[in-house]
Amino acid sequence: MAIFLNENSKVIVQGMTGAEGTKHTKRMLASGTNIVGGVNPRKAGEKVDFDGTVLPVFGTVKEAMEATGANVTVIFVPPAFSKAAVVEAIDAEIELAVVITEGIPVHDTAYFWAHAVATGNKTRIIGPNCPGIISPGKSNAGIIPANIAGSGKIGLVSKSGTLTYQMMYELRDFGFSTAIGIGGDPIIGTTHIDALEAFQADDETIAIVMIGEIGGDAEERAAAYIKENVTKPVVGYVAGFTAPEGKTMGHAGAIVSGSAGTAQAKKEALEAAGVKVGKTPSETAALMREIMQNL
Amino acid sequence: MDLYEYQAKDLFAAHGVPVLPGDVATNPADAKAIAAKFGQAVVVKAQVKTGGRGKAGGVKLASTPEETEEKATAILGLDIKGHIVHRVLVTPASDIAEEYYFSFLLDRANRTFLAMASVEGGMDIEEVAATKPEALAKIHIDAIKGVDAAKAKEIADAANFPAEVKDQVIDVIVKLWETFVAEDATLVEVNPLVRDPQDKIVALDGKVTLDENADFRHPAHAELVDKQAENPLEAKAKEKGLNYVKLDGEVGIIGNGAGLVMSTLDVVAYAGEQYGVKPANFLDIGGGASAEVMANGLDVILHDEAVRSVFVNVFGGITACDAVANGIVKALEILGDEATKPLVVRLDGNNVEEGRRILAEANHPLVTVVDTMDNAAAKAAELAAAGV
Repeated sequence: MAIFLNENSKVIVQGMTGAEGTKHTKRMLASGTNIVGGVNPRKAGEKVDFDGTVLPVFGTVKEAMEATGANVTVIFVPPAFSKAAVVEAIDAEIELAVVITEGIPVHDTAYFWAHAVATGNKTRIIGPNCPGIISPGKSNAGIIPANIAGSGKIGLVSKSGTLTYQMMYELRDFGFSTAIGIGGDPIIGTTHIDALEAFQADDETIAIVMIGEIGGDAEERAAAYIKENVTKPVVGYVAGFTAPEGKTMGHAGAIVSGSAGTAQAKKEALEAAGVKVGKTPSETAALMREIMQNL
Repeated sequence: MDLYEYQAKDLFAAHGVPVLPGDVATNPADAKAIAAKFGQAVVVKAQVKTGGRGKAGGVKLASTPEETEEKATAILGLDIKGHIVHRVLVTPASDIAEEYYFSFLLDRANRTFLAMASVEGGMDIEEVAATKPEALAKIHIDAIKGVDAAKAKEIADAANFPAEVKDQVIDVIVKLWETFVAEDATLVEVNPLVRDPQDKIVALDGKVTLDENADFRHPAHAELVDKQAENPLEAKAKEKGLNYVKLDGEVGIIGNGAGLVMSTLDVVAYAGEQYGVKPANFLDIGGGASAEVMANGLDVILHDEAVRSVFVNVFGGITACDAVANGIVKALEILGDEATKPLVVRLDGNNVEEGRRILAEANHPLVTVVDTMDNAAAKAAELAAAGV
C-alpha cells in the first residue's frame, strides 16, 4: 500500500533539465522510481540521457501525461517560475504534485493553493520547500536519500527534511511504509492531518511518527485530529524548544510570535491527545522503538 | 523583514493610504529643526521594530521645538525590549476622535489571507481578541480574487465602522490591500487607524512585514534593510548567503537543514543546563552544502567572541559527509592561528566513512569526532564550560 506514492506511480519532472532537476532525476532513477519524462517548454521534443536512461522532454504537463500516463510530477523550477509550474500541473489535473523548490514567495503559494481549491482539489500538492515523499522500495519523488532506510511499517510525516533523514536513520532497522516531508513554509499543500488520515487508512502502516517545529498551530490541529480519528500509535517530536521569540529559524514558517507557536504548547497539545512526545530525536526514536517491539 | 513605522508609512503613502507628514531624526538637533518646520505641537516616536513603545516611554508629545529636542534626547538611546532607539519620527500632533484597528495578514491554518478590523483600536489587539472577540471582525480573503470595493465594504460592515466614515474606510482598505499585494507583504497593520474631529481617516501608525522570498521582484526593498541595526555577524553571514541567527550563548552551532539545526539547539541547551552554557547561534548551511559553505560558516562562528566551543552536526542526505569534512579541514587551514576554539563534529549519513576518515587523517588538535548527536552535544557543552 503506502500512501500517495507507490510502485505504480509514473513520475515526470518539471525542471528536469536544470541543475537541481538533473541531479535529482538521476538519484530518483537510481532508487528505482519510474520516471517517464520531463517538462521544459524550451526543450520540448528533445531527449535527455540520464546515465543510460533516455527520457523525453515535453512542452507541457498535459502533453507529458497524455504521452506517458504520468500521475505524479516533481517540481524543481526556480522560485520565480514556480507559481506558473504548479498552476499548470493543477490545470492538467495530475494526481500528485511534489513541489521541492525553496524560496517561493508566500503570495505565490497562496495563489496556487487557492487555484487548487477553486478547481476542486484534483491535485494533491506536497510542499513547497520540502524534501518530497518516499515509499521505500516502491518509488521516490523528491530528494530524500533512498539508502537511509528500507520498507517497513512505520509512517513518517515531518515539516523538516534533515529531521526526516535523521529519524529514518534512527529507525532504519524497522523501515517505513512512506516517509513524507511536508515542508516548513507558512502555507503548504499537504498537512500533518492529511498524512495522518492517509496513514490511519493504510493497511501497511502500523505506527506513525510525526515531526513538527515551532510556528503556526498545525501541530495543535493535528493533535485534535489524532484524538478523534487516529487509533494507530503516534509518536511525536517538535523542534525548537529553546528558540527565542521573534527570530525566524531557517524555515519561513518557523517563528515564535508572542505566545503562539511554541514547541512547549505543541508538545502539550500532542500529549493531551495521547501522543508520546520525545524531547530529542533519539528519545523520540526510542519511544517508537518501544512501541514497535510491543506491537 | 519587519519595517520601521516610518518605512511602513512611506509604503502606505506610495499606495495612496492617508498618513500624516513626518520626518526622521537621528539626533535631538535634527528633531528640533523638524518640529520648527512643522510650527506646531508634534509627537516624537521611537523607531523600533517591537511593540509597547508607548509604555516604555518611547512616544512623547512636545509643544515647542525646544521641548522636542528634550524629548528626542530622552528617547534616542532608549532600550525598548532589547531594541536600542537610533531614530525618532517627528510628526504633527493630531486630534483624535476615534481609534480603529485594521490589518491584512497570513492565515496559515486556512492557507490564505485574513483581514482583521475593529472599531476598538489603539490598544493591544491581542487583548481585544482575547477579552472581546465579538469586537474584532475576521474576514477570509480569496488569494485570487483579492479585495475590491465590494469586499472592502463587506469587511467594513462586519466591523461596524460608522456610516459617516465608512466610504473613506473602504477606500483605505482597498489601498492597504494594494500595498499588501504589490509589496509582497505578509503583514500590513494599522493601529490606530484614526478618525479625526473633522471625520478624516488617517493611518497614524503602521507595521509592515515583507516576504524576503519575494526580494527577487522587489529590488527597491534592499534599501529598507537597516544595516546599522543588524548584528555584524548576521550581516557578515548574510553577505555569504548563510542562514544565520545570533543567539546569546557560548556553543557555536553549524548544521544542515533548518529542522535539524533547531533540534541541535535544543539538544545543546539540554546538555548545557548543568554547565550553564547555551547555544550561541543558529546556522543552517543547507541541504547541498559544499566545502566552501562549511568554511564560510566556520569563519563566521569562530569570529563570534562569545563562542567557546563549536558543534558541527551534519546528517548527510544530499550533502556528502566527505565534502563537509573537507570543508572543516579547509576552513581550519585558512583560519590558521585564528582558530582557537574546540570543534566537536558529528557526521552521519551519505559517505560518512569517508568523512570520518578525512577528519581522522587531518588529526587536527581542535577537532573531536563524536558518534551521536546527543553525545556530541554533551561534549560541546562540556568544552564550552571549560573554556569560559
